[in-house]
Amino acid sequence: MPKVIIDGQEIEVAAGTTIIQAADKLGISIPRYCYHDALPVSGNCRICMVEVEKQPKLQIACYTPVADGMVVKTNSPKVLDVRKTVLEFLLVNHPVDCPVCDQAGECKLQDYYMEHGQYNSRLVDVKVKKEKKAVQIGPTVMLDQERCILCTRCVRFTNTITKTNELGVFERGDHSQLDVYPGKQLDNPYAANVVDICPVGALTDKDFRFKCRVWYLAKTKSVCPGCSRGCNITVEWDKMRPHHFKKARVMRLKPRLNPDVNNYWICDAGRYNYRFIDENRITTPQLKDDLITWEQAIETVVKAIKSTKTDRIGVIASAQLTNEDLFVVGKLFKETLKVANVDYRVGQQPGNSDDFLIKADKNPNTAGAAAILGVPALSAEEIVQKAKRGEIDVLYVFGQDLVKLFGKDVVAEVVKKVKLLVYQGSNINETCSYAHLNLPSAVYAEKEGTFTNCQQKVQRIWPAFVPLGESRLDWVILSMIAEKMGTAFKYKNTQDIFKDIAATVDGFSEMTYEKLNDQGLILNKKL
Amino acid sequence: MEKVVTRHFGIENSQRLETYLQHGGYEAARKALKEMTPVAVIEEVKKANLRGLGGAGFPTGMKWSFIPAANPKPKYLVVNGDEGEPGTFKDKYIFERDPHAFIEGVIITCYAIGSHKAYVYIRGEYEKSIHTLRAAIAEAYAKNYLGKAVMGTAFDIDIVVHPGAGAYICGEETALLESLEGKKGFPRLKPPFPAIVGLFGCPTVINNVETIACVGPIIAKGAEWYAKLGCEKNGGNRLFCVSGHVNKPGVYELPNGTTLREIIYDHAGGILNGKQLKAVIPGGISAPLLTPDQIDVKMDFDSLKAIGSMAGSGGIIVMDETTDMVWAAMIAARFYAHESCGQCSPCREGSGWVYRSIKRIYHGEGRMTDLQNLPGIVNNIGGNTICAFGDAVTMSIGSYVTKFRHEFESKIKESLT
Repeated sequence: MPKVIIDGQEIEVAAGTTIIQAADKLGISIPRYCYHDALPVSGNCRICMVEVEKQPKLQIACYTPVADGMVVKTNSPKVLDVRKTVLEFLLVNHPVDCPVCDQAGECKLQDYYMEHGQYNSRLVDVKVKKEKKAVQIGPTVMLDQERCILCTRCVRFTNTITKTNELGVFERGDHSQLDVYPGKQLDNPYAANVVDICPVGALTDKDFRFKCRVWYLAKTKSVCPGCSRGCNITVEWDKMRPHHFKKARVMRLKPRLNPDVNNYWICDAGRYNYRFIDENRITTPQLKDDLITWEQAIETVVKAIKSTKTDRIGVIASAQLTNEDLFVVGKLFKETLKVANVDYRVGQQPGNSDDFLIKADKNPNTAGAAAILGVPALSAEEIVQKAKRGEIDVLYVFGQDLVKLFGKDVVAEVVKKVKLLVYQGSNINETCSYAHLNLPSAVYAEKEGTFTNCQQKVQRIWPAFVPLGESRLDWVILSMIAEKMGTAFKYKNTQDIFKDIAATVDGFSEMTYEKLNDQGLILNKKL
Repeated sequence: MEKVVTRHFGIENSQRLETYLQHGGYEAARKALKEMTPVAVIEEVKKANLRGLGGAGFPTGMKWSFIPAANPKPKYLVVNGDEGEPGTFKDKYIFERDPHAFIEGVIITCYAIGSHKAYVYIRGEYEKSIHTLRAAIAEAYAKNYLGKAVMGTAFDIDIVVHPGAGAYICGEETALLESLEGKKGFPRLKPPFPAIVGLFGCPTVINNVETIACVGPIIAKGAEWYAKLGCEKNGGNRLFCVSGHVNKPGVYELPNGTTLREIIYDHAGGILNGKQLKAVIPGGISAPLLTPDQIDVKMDFDSLKAIGSMAGSGGIIVMDETTDMVWAAMIAARFYAHESCGQCSPCREGSGWVYRSIKRIYHGEGRMTDLQNLPGIVNNIGGNTICAFGDAVTMSIGSYVTKFRHEFESKIKESLT
């Protein structure tokens, strides 16, 4: 394997590794616009040029493979000079409209200018006027041709990742412009990824534009709950300017790199699946038409459970819950109360899917639920049928919309027969209006815990902020019930729960939050 | 002086097969295919000191020898007839006056490199060339000089004529390959070089039309004969295209090593209207300008390189004493700004910037800072781009700005007063 010296540091890398990749491994960040780790090399921006000993001309670091004994300088006067000149060229026809550009704050033109530019402007000529400014080119993406530096990352994304080929560079010279092909729209299911890889403000997110300046955003690592792929994401939320945009907390979701799961990408359905975090939430416990306190709510549940025979209790859990929540569901209902009728499988119709990221199972934790709750005696549907026949007195539902799943008539019938229908969930749906008791629970972005994805990969999520209003974490609600029953669990946090999971559930042994870190681990026993 | 490429130019109906056959046509191809091995053909061309006449001057035999014989993929010959370099108009004459000599060169070259298919990329505006070559190819197919088992040998060869669509950059060999493949004409990153990964990902030799036209005579008359026509390391003659302020503009076949002075004053009849020479571009618009004190230079690749210019495509553009060099620079800069493919940042943005600056100076809106900045801006383009286009901007425009700085300066001073 070739050894190369970059800025005095030696590193041994696999043959074929390029200078930029080797430098990245050393933590030396060579500036880049067109280069992207997941896309074919284009070599057009020229800002990554470095000095290679014994080569008369500077070489582009993105394309030049390292050779044994190669000595590279990424910070020599010659290199710094070229960076400056490339930046200057890129700004010749750039509108420099940063004050009204949504990319400001996360723009590589701004960043590198501050780092390597900082010259007095020599540009006195009128800039080339390009036609499309703030033009929608698809359902999710806005184009500004003048801001585009023609790095072609987006073109290569649509050519090689989605293979949908909507984008191209048209015309020639400094009249070149990025656009969709005539008659085409950038409307593939992964379209908005081009916004993430665009290093400047040429492609911006229609949904996010002008909601919030990026420097006000806090970032919390999480996992998309939209399907069983479990794409790694970052929840970006407005910490410093809560009055912005309808006072919502979450401003946008961004994909987070995980080479084994989603690489740099996420589907648009997942990306824009965040409004439920701030909208349409259940925020107070409610008994029929009355808002009540948590104390009253817990008492209602405990009273009902205590006065009901175990075989007349039914529990419909959900693969939207974390492993930790599900473990406590099992601990309370199966272990402590000996309820047999506990299921999480609701016979959902499979959703759309493809051969890239999108999975038909729209739950993030089906594999985790299977590992933790095992195969239940009765399916959710059978539990509901039982309730309809009057064989269940307490039906406890976690987040599942029974009306959507089984129809209004069935749910109306069930409500007539059972003594208590408990709905524990985060968002209002039709089932809430039938439930006797509504318990507001937290959404994933408010939780710490883990999901197990379709690859059996256990992945952590982190709480961005506290649960909205009076809502509480699912496991906390269940712990309150257990305590009131006189069988307190003594879990202080989800880490305590996860220790129990690791100790008792097949596949999780020896896992800890530290070991899972932010890239996750595969269950160590196949299910 | 013995003519090589233009030997049949004066003959009536020189473009016809029967005329070509009357003058020994296709005998060189017959000799190569029947009596020589491919390796022997390559050796002969190496010995002839034939160098690429498109402008780069790379030794032709050596280029051919880079084709990996063991590579199981098909090999291709691509002939660059895009001829877009301003001041250059020689290939067009070969297509129109002696297309069979060209076809014969293609056959021998393909045989040497193990190719059975040649693509001829012709500048789209050259309608007559395209028409004439296609007619000649049809004649050659009819008489089995092209097609299956040509001339009773086991060798198959096909030629495809592909008209370009008007972009100067498609004369850059890898942009030409992209264009041939049906893509936008963007130069490729190198390496890999076309000899390894060329057209459709296969080993490919790309030669200029004139280079190919020399191959037949070299095989027919021998390497030694050809090498002797020219000078050391640069065998044969060259077609010089003389245009601008001369009495007899046109294409002249002269030995490599002829001086620029001889070409301008002896062959092209001197400067128009008895004026004085001010500047001359020796090898197409991208070659740095020469001033009158430099015209005793020999017009071979090495001699021109030694004085900081280049032989390029052989396009000699003569400018007399009345030429406004700021205007001339503006025209050249406009050409580059118009033709930059737009792929890499320094060339895309720099060529337009340079043009607008010079245009401003020409129109009396220049400032002294423009003149201070121009050489630097021009220099920042060359050496930093994917292809040689950026270098051409630097060399060409740079030579106007440095050698005729006083003209720029007085233009600016004029506009300041």
